[in-house]
Amino acid sequence: MSLSISLTVNGDRCDVDLDDPRVTLLDLLRERMALPGTKKGCDRGQCGACTVLVNGRRINSCLTLAVTLNGAEVTTIEGLAAGEDLHPVQTAFIEHDGFQCGYCTPGQIMSAVGLIAEGQAGDDAERIREGMSGNLCRCSAYHGITEAVQDAARRMASADERKSA
Amino acid sequence: MKRFDYSRPASVAEALAAWQPGSAWLGGGTNLVDLMKTGAVMPDRLIDLAGIPGLEDIEVSDDGSARIGALVRNSDLAHDPAFAAAFPMVAEAILAGASGQLRNAATVGGNLMQRTRCAYFTDPSSACNKRVPGSGCAAVGGVNGTHAVLGWSDSCIATNPSDFAVPLAALGAVVSVEGSDGRREIPFSEFHRLPGKTPEIDTALDPGELIVGLRLPAGAAAFRGHSRYLKLRDRTSYAFALVSAAAALRMEGDTIAEARLALGAVAAKPWRAAEAEALLAGQSPSPELFTRAAEAATGGATPSGDNDHKIELARRIAARALTLAAAGTPARMPALPASVHGDNAHA
Ligand SMILES: Cc1cc2nc3c(=O)[nH]c(=O)nc-3n(C[C@H](O)[C@H](O)[C@H](O)COP(=O)(O)OP(=O)(O)OC[C@H]3O[C@@H](n4cnc5c(N)ncnc54)[C@H](O)[C@@H]3O)c2cc1C
Ligand code: SF4
Ligand code: FES
Ligand code: FES
Repeated sequence: MSLSISLTVNGDRCDVDLDDPRVTLLDLLRERMALPGTKKGCDRGQCGACTVLVNGRRINSCLTLAVTLNGAEVTTIEGLAAGEDLHPVQTAFIEHDGFQCGYCTPGQIMSAVGLIAEGQAGDDAERIREGMSGNLCRCSAYHGITEAVQDAARRMASADERKSA
Repeated sequence: MKRFDYSRPASVAEALAAWQPGSAWLGGGTNLVDLMKTGAVMPDRLIDLAGIPGLEDIEVSDDGSARIGALVRNSDLAHDPAFAAAFPMVAEAILAGASGQLRNAATVGGNLMQRTRCAYFTDPSSACNKRVPGSGCAAVGGVNGTHAVLGWSDSCIATNPSDFAVPLAALGAVVSVEGSDGRREIPFSEFHRLPGKTPEIDTALDPGELIVGLRLPAGAAAFRGHSRYLKLRDRTSYAFALVSAAAALRMEGDTIAEARLALGAVAAKPWRAAEAEALLAGQSPSPELFTRAAEAATGGATPSGDNDHKIELARRIAARALTLAAAGTPARMPALPASVHGDNAHA
């Protein structure tokens, strides 16, 4: 059974022939599209390392079958910066030391981008911790992560205000 | 993972026609794909429901009822302003479950059909009557600190892990299903099954039947001002419930006109506590009343292993949920799920 899908990854339209319906989005990105920025931690939905945006919403790519994504728009950590200009969440992670080893970081950043877009947490530290609880950090950089998300949320909110003013 | 065929029907009729023994419906895949990875379930064919139009609506009506399509994502339901205002404890329960990422993918139908988190069920090398009927139950005499204290049998002591299902049980939801013989409605109390001698059958859904939606009956929103979902777990967030409770009161002045109470993670189904509800009706809220109601809710509870602590925890969470419900639904809902820091969460 061969299944063809067509999807957009980081703005590029791709046609993919899947010889096997078992391929997850995570494996498609890492093994077949040379996009290893998205990490595999548990492969079971338990750690968040594989978080990407599908149609603007954060999901776990390890539990998403690639074959279900015909027509979808996928954004990974590789697609976040605009050229040399980092996304505000990336900048904030650097400024606030939101990592140590960095393994969970792409997932943390993609999750934070999704959380901020959901608009439920604002810059409330406790709501950010709750909203980010699907991303585990074995180095326990949680303090910096929370500060980074708070800071990015504030900066993005004031940038939005400037735009609409 | 065993190889499978994949199809994506464009209507309920096409989906039902595609079904044959060995098929599985695919919702968000957050439970099914996980269990396929361990080999606990091995379908020959996945029928992806995501392409079916018309199953993504949320309708809240003036009579306090609601209709929810089976493909509505868990996060979309919890954050729907009209729905969350009318059924705050349902929103609170959804947001107390899983993570932001998982809730974005998980569907209403898939949540109701999610399988137990019993570790032996997940592991194909363990004996498990639910996975392989007649193979035995490795949890009896095994690691069973989180297993059932109500409604279990010698063949299976597993619990239903859904948070969402607990307030739905309390509010008397109805599940709409469709099969080749047409549509039917299943009351929530009959939807999930106790194990008895056939723990392999989780629900009243027949093979080849599909959940198309969920209905909350007229008047269900009358509890909006006094309802809470509380969940106890090993860590503050992103963990399954050790025990949980959904409590809702319809107040007339200082009197409880009507009460609803259901416990989660104590049995193979969300445990509606009808006796406790009857005892609360017509009374004024008080700590003694809520303690008595909690006693009644856990009446008949017995440990199925190394888990007698769950009985005391269930009693306490029931009394606490009733106390918080009586105090009134917090202004900002959903409140922070079970947070030690959140306003009102552990008032
Ligand atoms: C790490 C982790 C943590 C979690 N924590 C929690 C938690 O704390 N609380 C909680 O409640 N849940 C939790 N979950 C479970 C999560 O809520 C479920 O995985 C999710 O709700 C399932 O929905 P889905 O649409 O992804 O279902 P799927 O995985 O697609 O399907 C699940 C089952 O339902 C069947 N099915 C799907 N749709 C239908 C339909 N319309 N009609 C009939 N059958 C159908 C499938 O065949 C399958 O058997 C957690 C999951 C993970 C991975
Ligand atoms: S408790 Fe139920 S699910 Fe767990 S091993 Fe026993 S039979 Fe299987
Ligand atoms: S790799 Fe997907 S959640 Fe861990
Ligand atoms: S930075 Fe090492 S796991 Fe998070």
